[in-house]
Amino acid sequence: MTDPNLHRIVASLIPQGARVLDLGCGDGALLSYLADHKGCSGYGIEISDENVQACMQRGVNVIQLNLEEGLAMFGDQSFDVVLQIDTLQNLKNAEVVMQETARVGKTGVVAFPNFAHWPNRWSVLWGRMPVTRRLPYQWYDTPNIRVGTHADLLALARRNHLQILENFGVHLGRVVRTLPNWRASTSVVKFTRSPAQL
Amino acid sequence: MLIASPQFMHFDAPLALQSGAELRQYRLAYETYGQLNARKSNAVLVCHALNASHHVAGVYQGQPHSEGWWDAMVGPGKPVNTDEFFVIGVNNLGSCFGSTGPMHDNPDTGRIYGADFPVVTVEDWVNAQARLLDQLGIGQLAAVLGGSLGGMQALSWTLQYPERVRHAVVVASAPNLNAENIAFNEVARRAIVTDPDFHSGNFYAKGVVPKRGLRIARMIGHITYLSDDVMNEKFGRELREGLDLKYSTQEVEFQIESYLRYQGDKFAEYFDANTYLLITRALDYFDPAKACGGDLSQAFQKARARFLLVSFTTDWRFSPQRSREIVKALLDNRREVSYAEIDAPHGHDAFLLTDARYMAVMQGYFQGIQKEFKQEEPNPAQSQEVLSHKGEEPL
Repeated sequence: MTDPNLHRIVASLIPQGARVLDLGCGDGALLSYLADHKGCSGYGIEISDENVQACMQRGVNVIQLNLEEGLAMFGDQSFDVVLQIDTLQNLKNAEVVMQETARVGKTGVVAFPNFAHWPNRWSVLWGRMPVTRRLPYQWYDTPNIRVGTHADLLALARRNHLQILENFGVHLGRVVRTLPNWRASTSVVKFTRSPAQL
Repeated sequence: MLIASPQFMHFDAPLALQSGAELRQYRLAYETYGQLNARKSNAVLVCHALNASHHVAGVYQGQPHSEGWWDAMVGPGKPVNTDEFFVIGVNNLGSCFGSTGPMHDNPDTGRIYGADFPVVTVEDWVNAQARLLDQLGIGQLAAVLGGSLGGMQALSWTLQYPERVRHAVVVASAPNLNAENIAFNEVARRAIVTDPDFHSGNFYAKGVVPKRGLRIARMIGHITYLSDDVMNEKFGRELREGLDLKYSTQEVEFQIESYLRYQGDKFAEYFDANTYLLITRALDYFDPAKACGGDLSQAFQKARARFLLVSFTTDWRFSPQRSREIVKALLDNRREVSYAEIDAPHGHDAFLLTDARYMAVMQGYFQGIQKEFKQEEPNPAQSQEVLSHKGEEPL
C-alpha cells in the first residue's frame, strides 16, 4: 500500500517515537514515513521477495514470514503499535492474525477495503461484484479473499473482546466519521486488548 | 576481471586461545579487493566456512580458472560491490591455505605441529581477524559477512567486538550445531582418524596422506549440503554406464556414486586431514548461548550491529528454523534485524550459488549500507569518532 494520504492518516493514530510492527509492510514506504515523520522504529513483515528487497534498499528492517503461521517470534505486548494496513483481506486466518495483533501490540490498527461502501452495494444490487479504484480486481482474480465491511470489522474486534479506541472511514484521502460504513471505501479501526484480558 | 593477490601478515605477539593454550607466533593469509576510503568506513570482512580460504573473489594473474570461492557475491558490480566497498578475505588459523596450520612448524619444538596444533574456536578466529584489522588500521567494519561457519564468525564478531561492527550479514547459519549436525561431523572425523595413513595426525613425516578418510569425510559432507530434490533431479537413479545392472557390490553403478567419489577424490588432493578435524570441531563448539545458560536472547544483549539473516528453505543442515532463532533473540533485544528466507531448491549449497532472489536481497542490503556511509561522508567530525572505536571487549 503506497497511498500517501492513508499513510498520513495512519500516522496520526501513532504516538511519537512508537515501536511499530507493520504486518504486510509492502515496500516499506509506511515504516519509512513513520521513521521520518514520527521518529518511530520497528520492523515490517512481508512474504513477497520483491517487497523484502525493496525494504532492504530503503534501509527498513523487514522480516520475511508468512503471517498465516502467526507471530510466534514476537513476545506479548512487545510493540506499541501493530499495523495491518491492507493486509487483513488477504489472509486465510484473518481472525487468528487479528488476535495475534492484539497479543503482540499494545494497540492495533487495521485498515482494509470497506465492501459496504455505497458504490459497492449499488453494484451488487445490480447483480455484479464491484470493480472500483479501491477494489480493482474481478471476482475471479482478486487477492482479497476476506471481503468484509466496516461494521464487520468492528464486530470481529468485539467478538475477540477488543476495546475499540478509534474507528472511522477513509475516502479519497479524507477521514469519514459520519456513516463510514456507507460513505468510505476504506475502514480503519484502532483497538487494544480490553483491560479484562490484560 | 578482478585480479587477486594473496598477502601475509606475521604476528609475533602470542594469541591466547579459548582453550587456555596459546599460539606464540602465527601468520594470516589474506586478500583485499577495492579501495579503503579516506575515513576507513567502507571495509567489509568476509569469513569463510569449512573448506574455503582468503581467496574470496577474482582470479590470480595468469590463472583464468582460479575464481575465488564467493566470486559470484564479491566483485565490481556484484552484490558486495568492490567499486564501493573495501573487502577483506582472511584465512583462518588451523586451515591449510596459507595461515598458520597443523602442517607448519611449531616454534616451540621446531617440528611440524601435526596433531599438536591447538584446538581453535570461532572466537579465536575472530580475535585473530581483529588483530589483522588493527594492523590494516580499520577500527570499525561497515559489515562482517559469512555463510554457514562463516556466518557463525560474523555472529561472534557482534558479541566479541560489538562496537567494531556496523552490520552483520549471516547467511545459512545457526546459533549452534544440533546433535544431528555434530553427528555428521563425528562420522567424518572418524573416517579420517581411523584411516591407517592418519598416524594419529602425524602423517606428514611418513610421507603419506589419509586420503581414504578425507574422501569419505567429503562424501558425507557433500550429501548434507544438497537437498533430496536436487540430488534426485541431478542424478536420480541414473546408471553410470548403459541401462543394464552390473550386479557388482563394489564397482560404481549409479551416477550419484560416481559424483561422490569424484568429489571425494578431488577434496583429498588438496585438503589437510588435521585441518578437517580442527574446523569441524570449531563448528561443534560454537555456542554463544552456553555462557548464558542456553539463553540466546541474553547472549545477544551485547550485540550492537544491524543484522541481516538469510536462510534457504531446502537447507536441512542449517535450516531456516535455526536462523529464526537468531532473529528472535535479536528481536527480544530490540536490535535492528532483517531476515530473508529464500525459496531455493539447492539445500545448504544455495549460499554459494546465484539464485536471483538471494542475489537481489544481498545487493539490496549492501546498497542500503552504502547509502549509509555515503550520507555520512560530508561530516568530518563524525569520522574522528568512528576511527576512535578500537576498544576490544574481552570474551
